[in-house]
Amino acid sequence: MADRPDADREAGANKPALRLHVPEPKSRPGDTVDFSHVPVSQPGKQPRPDEACDARETEGLCHDLIRVLGDDDRAHGPWDPKLDPDTLRTMLGHFALVRAFDERMFRGQRQGKTSFYMKCTGEEATSVSAAMALASDDMVFPSYRQQGVLIARGYDLVEMINQIYSNKGDKLKGRQLPIMYSSREHSFFSISGNLATQTPQAVGWAMASAIKGDSRIAATWVGEGSTAEGDFHSACTFATVYNAPVILNVINNQWAISSFSGFAGSERTTFAARALGYGLAGLRVDGNDALAVYAAQRWAANRARANAGPTLIEYFTYRAEGHSTSDDPTGYRSAQEREEWPLGDPVMRLKNHLIALGEWDEDRQTEMDREAAERVKAATKEAEKNGILGHGMHQPFRTMFEDVFEELPWNLKEQAEQATRERLIKFNGGRPK
Amino acid sequence: MSTGVTEPKGANNDTVRRLNMIEAINDALDIMLERDPDVIVLGEDVGYFGGVFRCTAGLQEKHGKTRVFDTPISECGIIGVAVGMGAYGLRPVPEIQFADYIYPGLDQLVSEAARLRYRSATEYIAPMTVRTPFGGGIFGGQTHSQSPEALFTHVSGLKTVIPSTPYDAKGLLISCIEDNDPVIFFEPKRIYNGPFSGYYDKPAEPWKRHPQSEVPEGYYRIPLGKARTVTEGEALTVLAYGTMVHVAESVCREKGVDAEILDLRTLAPLDIEAIEASVKKTGRCLIVHEATRTSGFGAELSALVTERCFYHLEAPVERVTGFDTPYPHSLEWAYFPGPIRIGEAIDQLLSE
Repeated sequence: MADRPDADREAGANKPALRLHVPEPKSRPGDTVDFSHVPVSQPGKQPRPDEACDARETEGLCHDLIRVLGDDDRAHGPWDPKLDPDTLRTMLGHFALVRAFDERMFRGQRQGKTSFYMKCTGEEATSVSAAMALASDDMVFPSYRQQGVLIARGYDLVEMINQIYSNKGDKLKGRQLPIMYSSREHSFFSISGNLATQTPQAVGWAMASAIKGDSRIAATWVGEGSTAEGDFHSACTFATVYNAPVILNVINNQWAISSFSGFAGSERTTFAARALGYGLAGLRVDGNDALAVYAAQRWAANRARANAGPTLIEYFTYRAEGHSTSDDPTGYRSAQEREEWPLGDPVMRLKNHLIALGEWDEDRQTEMDREAAERVKAATKEAEKNGILGHGMHQPFRTMFEDVFEELPWNLKEQAEQATRERLIKFNGGRPK
Repeated sequence: MSTGVTEPKGANNDTVRRLNMIEAINDALDIMLERDPDVIVLGEDVGYFGGVFRCTAGLQEKHGKTRVFDTPISECGIIGVAVGMGAYGLRPVPEIQFADYIYPGLDQLVSEAARLRYRSATEYIAPMTVRTPFGGGIFGGQTHSQSPEALFTHVSGLKTVIPSTPYDAKGLLISCIEDNDPVIFFEPKRIYNGPFSGYYDKPAEPWKRHPQSEVPEGYYRIPLGKARTVTEGEALTVLAYGTMVHVAESVCREKGVDAEILDLRTLAPLDIEAIEASVKKTGRCLIVHEATRTSGFGAELSALVTERCFYHLEAPVERVTGFDTPYPHSLEWAYFPGPIRIGEAIDQLLSE
């Protein structure tokens, strides 16, 4: 063993003691919020490299912030996707629907109709606008706050609510936590509660698509907090090694339950910059700017489709609400944060843009919001006919034992019989008392 | 001859070759790559080099680089991308170089692959076969010798398969690859090249001279969930799998014990009928495995036998296992459940 030069303790006594750094957010409950450390770049000033460029050409974009919509509510610069007003209105309509849906489901949880819900307030663009930039049959591997993808893909609201209520209409048979949807028909992968696991899976799906000479690409969403999981780093490595046609979306919404993004490493570099070490193309995008989100996702999709390589996109956004209905954000962050988030609200910004274009007005917005609320209300009523959580209108009892394997093995047959006997005793013929 | 062989489809079973287990596994992979364009083989060193144990030798050259390829050293990545490939519709056969290294990929296997069918109500499945060499006796130290099979039998939705002969290795592996559920296929590396009597100081017998190395050409399957009766007997039932089948067989032969030895072949699903029938016949049960004792698969077997055959038992169920320590490199033969430990347990069982 090598001798330490200061093996003599006395001799080293005047050296500074080592210190551990434990990150701390800029503000806590009761503090005045200061977002001066959040760099807000000038919209339209970020270069847009060719989609087939060498990944290294995106280096500057990994530290900058791609923005399109300016304070003047106009679109600026090379990232302006130049969407027609109809598409913009459709996007706004999806936003309205997501917001109405979140509002009603949140209330439903408070009313005891289900156990759990997660809103995506403030992050709508990162799923709705991104999904609109993909082909409808591109495979998505979402995390738990991408209800906007399903809304944008036209998934039936009643199906979504059936899943949230775990009722007899729930095609996932009441096995998944509410909001962990799955829809093969909409190329929407089953959501896992184990974080970041979907990232290598998305890469594997994309690799399979490439192996088979398909033209569909894959996209995945992961929160900035769970980029610390090993799965994310495996996904980045596999994506770059095999040049998989995949988009890795990192939703940096600043908070992982009560842990701020510093605990995922944001104090030293950006999440987009993680792309650089892997040789991936990286983009850092204003996640509350619907046009910038759309443009970045489209850029990455075109790049993947052209076999030019995978892209890691950091959507810089803000989680306006708590993590879930089980969370109380007033316990760990300043209440002012939401109000003072320097990049605004994605819905308001898109609405104001459309108004600035002369393609929208407040009355039409009010009508859109009302219609969205009505649609959700009607869907909720429809879904409630199938039951709500804990009220007995669930999937047939034996489904509990199905689908563990393709065929029922002897041990599950025996246990199903046992459960059936117990049920007769406990519930007097099958209905909970 | 082994039992439970389904009717071969289009196989030329007249041509029988003697293969070792590595060659039999290679043959199964080759056949499945040929038959099904959705079968993909991936793992560390499996491509050009053909795997550190040579199980995939020649497959990349024959089937191409996008069907058989090397991966980064990332078990989480290997199993994670296989889940995605399965969801796409492929049948990936990922290799984990040693079972000891599977832990970084454990979450992808037990929380993702194993539960995907259930959680998505069959919208998505993960039909993959994770191949991995396991067990000791090759001086692999504590990082190349573990037998973690019990961990996987505890997981709902995962099948656990362990062959003990070249014939079974080929037929079982083909069944695994065709299975629509995720399977972990443990390869007992101590018997890759020949059955092992348990006497480390005696020369190992190569498969070449062993009848169970007679492997028919072409496609055949051995169904999952069916045990193989290695020897029929009346005095006691021995439940074993993998390497320990051969060790138990040699001890019983040497001691002249009229044992009924069952090679379980698949731990999940388990052939409970065969176990129950045999123990009820003999009234005595010995369970042998190489894995550590506490909460090992032997504990489950012992509980099942006791629950189902208690009034037929003439002696308490005995377990012969590895010790509850990591596998010690220099003392691996002290750790290994060899002929002395098995012999004493048999004496104890028969004396009651």
